[in-house]
Amino acid sequence: MVVLDSKRMITAALIGNPNVGKTTLFNLLTGLNQHVGNWPGVTVEKKEGFINDNVKIVDLPGIYAMDTYSNEEKISKSFLESGDVDFILNIVDASNLHRNLYLTMQLKEFNIPIILILNMVDVAEKKGIKIDYGKLSKLLDVMVVPIVASKGKGVDKIEELLENDIFSKANHDNDIHYQNDVHFKSEAETYKYIEGILSQCVTYTSENTVTITERLDKILINKFLAYPIFIAIIYLIFQFTFSWVGQPLADLLDSFVNDWFVPHINILLSGANGWFKSLIVDGIIGGVGSVIVFLPVILALFLCISFLEDSGYMARVAFLMDKIIRKMGLSGKAFIPLIIGFGCNVPGVMSTRTLESEKDRKMTALLLPLMSCNARLPIYLVIAGALFKGHEAVVVASLYALGVIVAFFIGILFKNTIFKKDDEPFIIELPEYKLPELKSLALHTWEKGKGFLRKAGTIIFSVSIIVWLLSNFNFSGMTEIDKSFIAGIGRFISPVFIPLGFASWQNSVSLLTGIMAKEVVVGTMGVIYGGNLTKILPTVFTPISAISFLVFVLLYTPCISLIATMKKEYGGKMAMFSVTYQLILAWLVSFIVYNGGNLILKIF
Amino acid sequence: MIINEGVVMMSVYDLKPGQTALVSGILGDEKLAKRLRALGANEGVKVRVKSFAPLGDPIIINFMGFDLAIRKRDAKNIVVKDII
Repeated sequence: MVVLDSKRMITAALIGNPNVGKTTLFNLLTGLNQHVGNWPGVTVEKKEGFINDNVKIVDLPGIYAMDTYSNEEKISKSFLESGDVDFILNIVDASNLHRNLYLTMQLKEFNIPIILILNMVDVAEKKGIKIDYGKLSKLLDVMVVPIVASKGKGVDKIEELLENDIFSKANHDNDIHYQNDVHFKSEAETYKYIEGILSQCVTYTSENTVTITERLDKILINKFLAYPIFIAIIYLIFQFTFSWVGQPLADLLDSFVNDWFVPHINILLSGANGWFKSLIVDGIIGGVGSVIVFLPVILALFLCISFLEDSGYMARVAFLMDKIIRKMGLSGKAFIPLIIGFGCNVPGVMSTRTLESEKDRKMTALLLPLMSCNARLPIYLVIAGALFKGHEAVVVASLYALGVIVAFFIGILFKNTIFKKDDEPFIIELPEYKLPELKSLALHTWEKGKGFLRKAGTIIFSVSIIVWLLSNFNFSGMTEIDKSFIAGIGRFISPVFIPLGFASWQNSVSLLTGIMAKEVVVGTMGVIYGGNLTKILPTVFTPISAISFLVFVLLYTPCISLIATMKKEYGGKMAMFSVTYQLILAWLVSFIVYNGGNLILKIF
Repeated sequence: MIINEGVVMMSVYDLKPGQTALVSGILGDEKLAKRLRALGANEGVKVRVKSFAPLGDPIIINFMGFDLAIRKRDAKNIVVKDII
């Protein structure tokens, strides 16, 4: 009889160079049975998954070496040194063994048994690379498993090894020993050793045919075509997200919530107290619902981003944009989250994870809210429609441009103050293009969606209740919004806006509730001004105070979803800093716009 | 061209697209140097400049069978000899 209790959890560390199919293999091995978190203290993603109840796999960050001073390497090193790792799954690109084995040689120093997984052996074969697996295994003194992760070939062999053989570790100590007996003094020496091994077990039959990657690069990073193609791709992504798939689904979800769910809840609650009904419908469903409907947009956007990332194009974008964005002390890779920010800042901040240095990640996250997201558009449209009829496009386009310009200067300011560090050298591998796998895309996208839903269920839920309480109550009980706590708060803070030209408790309250989600500004205005905004707003704003208000809306504190995301990714301090600096920035720029504008009007 | 201790040396930065040379060493920032060496840019390795970015910088170099984008400023630190 087998005593199951005696089986302890086996931990395998999955490690390899970037772009060798590590994530694909991880997804194949663990499926939906995985968990994404952060390594303690750093913004590096930690992925864990389970093959079954007995085997845990920890996906370590993609690295080229153990000792070139990056956070990712430090994490991997301390994890391997922790004593919790029973096996190392070292995945390598079979068509570039030379460089990949460098990491393997360093992994051997940890004296942990290694299973060397040769991925993409089909590609290697096509390139005319013939590998004698048996000999390689013997020379390297590790187990070797050839696989094709993209087609799922050979993966069962790894599972088999992990599930069976490992439990009887004692049994095969004879054919697998893992005491490292080679040490190197320099990189060159290591490479010489690797070369020596490869010359005995790898043969090359053909060489240097023009690859698909080379042909694609001729077009995609062509001197004249590169930027038009990039713009076209971004345009397509936005079309996909906001016109073709994401937004229509969001609208569908929205009408489901408002036309079906809310009426049904209303019927269900018909016997309940007025305040209770209002709390559920206006407070919770109104608040959480208005955020949940963004889910399809976020999923659609992330599907596209994952596609670009997995295909290898993202590395080219970093290459193309590096010279432009370098002026702010960022590397080319930071360009992508900023672009995403125009759709919605939340996935933008989430995608800063993919950046290499901590400094880049933080700085990009701080600049992101200055990219005018889609939620701000309704505010621009309503106010521009009321005060600048016929010139809406110019107003809106100027606001978007202003966001970018301000971000550029703030970037330079940050570079020279809080992020005052030398430019880190920028090197990035341009991997071969490949068609992303559906499963990886789906998993990746779902992961982001799950995080967003969790947030909506917790933070946004509680804030919705607070805002509802504040706008429906005062000390004497339930009341109209203009007598509520929130109106009181609005009156209290509105003097701050006197120098900006739009001080009124209504505007203050609109801005306050806009922290929930920027488009709420319009909804709140509708409620408290009570009527047709196109007619009312021109009596409230002058053209210049309207511009000042719009500039403030563009730049002031990010919405609650973004603050929550920022807190989740970078901690409370960063979130607080983001809110504070943007409030100050918004006030200053609006002040300049309002007073500068009036001055110019006076002169002419 | 870089001048190090009075000796004129040539770097990857001086190569034209399409040109190949042999790495003779890496100067400058130790972090970058270590990275490049770990990637295989060691003495005697063939390095080829493939192309420049549309804005002229960074550049794409190829060694050990893969493409790497590197800023020109950093490329100056890869010292080469014997243009092939």
